[in-house]
Amino acid sequence: MPEIALATRNIWKSYGALHVTSDVSLEIAERELHAVIGPNGAGKTTLLAQLGGELRPDRGTIEFGGRDITRIRAFARARLGIARTFQITTLCADFTAEDNVALALQARERHSFRFWRSARHEPALREPARALLARVGLEARAGIASRVLSHGEHRQLEIAVALALEPRVLLLDEPLAGAGVDESANLIALLGSLKGTMTIVLVEHDVDAVEALADRVSVLDGGRVIATGTFAQVRDDTGVQRAYLGGGDG
Amino acid sequence: MRRANIALALTALALVALPIVATLSRQPFWISVATELVIDALAVTALDFIVGYGGMVSLGHAAFFAIGAYTVAFASTSGHNSAPLNWALAVFVSALFAAGVGAVSVRTSGVFFIMITLAFAQMVYFLIAGVKALGGDDGLSMTARDVMPGIDLANPVIYYFVVLAILAAFVLLSQRAIGARFGTVVRAAKQSERRAIALGFDVDRYRWLAFTLSGAVTGLAGALFADYQRIATPDMATWLQSGDLLVMLILGGAATLLGPVFGAIAFGVLRVALVGVTDHWMLVLGAILILVVLAGKRGLAGLIVGPDA
Repeated sequence: MPEIALATRNIWKSYGALHVTSDVSLEIAERELHAVIGPNGAGKTTLLAQLGGELRPDRGTIEFGGRDITRIRAFARARLGIARTFQITTLCADFTAEDNVALALQARERHSFRFWRSARHEPALREPARALLARVGLEARAGIASRVLSHGEHRQLEIAVALALEPRVLLLDEPLAGAGVDESANLIALLGSLKGTMTIVLVEHDVDAVEALADRVSVLDGGRVIATGTFAQVRDDTGVQRAYLGGGDG
Repeated sequence: MRRANIALALTALALVALPIVATLSRQPFWISVATELVIDALAVTALDFIVGYGGMVSLGHAAFFAIGAYTVAFASTSGHNSAPLNWALAVFVSALFAAGVGAVSVRTSGVFFIMITLAFAQMVYFLIAGVKALGGDDGLSMTARDVMPGIDLANPVIYYFVVLAILAAFVLLSQRAIGARFGTVVRAAKQSERRAIALGFDVDRYRWLAFTLSGAVTGLAGALFADYQRIATPDMATWLQSGDLLVMLILGGAATLLGPVFGAIAFGVLRVALVGVTDHWMLVLGAILILVVLAGKRGLAGLIVGPDA
């Protein structure tokens, strides 16, 4: 049995009578690429937010490398090595692509209480930032303000920013959403190259991408995990088929 | 030469030449006006640090100004008349107070932030006005300006240049801090708080320090003002004064190098020019403010200096 990188133990999250996370227990192995799929409103993003620490479950615990991190705040989880990307762009709009990556590199240091030297002219931040942009195929856009980058470029930049943190666990919230066909193919290739180098939790609607990338898949429906297994196993699961047909959303 | 550098050089030249021209043309009144403008510019520079770059709109900065002023007036009337020591003390006291206010207010944002800073400032106002030892409604009058070894602060031209040098130093310091790693985190948190947190920044700590530094420098401006006018009064702490600082900032251009200076100058010159003509000078100011805001978000600095402001 491989070591467990990240686990949820019977976590619940409710808004009033609505259970957005309902008794979810997941074990994600070290260096596994674990996809989370499910119809719209199944609670995928809420689950990711609880893993990242933006939301706290009402009940249950979350473990990271065997340590209970349920009560650890989002910024501290990032420092422990849990990085995430966002479905809605939350990049710093006025910063250039390179600034955004450099900021993430800066975040890896113990603190940023430095007041004199220009952060824009620190080779220790700028050179690795450019290398990361090259890795996601954005080197030509390094000096462009994030606000004018295309949707697909935002997706690439999101990944470069997350990689700059050198995380142990990477939480990806629909990294292909809004990307064009070519961009998607590039992103899938990029994610494929990351597979096996770190633990990845991938929330994604694109079933072909999930089939191509995932070691295992968990299917959420109505806040509940209704199946976990290889892609083929969950595809053939009658409960999963019912959820997708009933949900009406591919 | 870039337009921004030309604007900076011309502004510096005008501020340095002003007392000389005023003296030669026997208009010492303008030195007094200019001294107050430069002190205001220092306070607005401090405010810009958190409003323009940090997105924290404080409606309580007049409190720090008043605390700085009262610290100087109190020390001076208690027989301690060293300007450097009194100013340092004013910075320390206002920093302490700002640290306390900041610890509560940086946990909030938007309208709540505005309301909390306003509430603290109102507390300071009523405290100052109510304490007998601080002179109550009359304020605290000093018999003479504090002294500095080797520099004759009693001379208005010399005092003006001291204040101008302090402004220049803090404009430089604040620009460095904003461009450095610290300011980068503060600016990032303004643009996308979720992102800054997801990267691992304890955003509240950075905001708290920015707020504290801003309050400390505003306190220094208050100290310089008290020593200039030889008085500290409760109305320095009213929320109208906090509003004036924000108006100067928006008029001049938030998050620009020269915006705070332009804003303070424009505000002060308009007041002096119009107050003799009409009691309703704020009406004219309001119209100008609307025009400047409609013309673009970057105020006078944006209009004069352009995109590099």
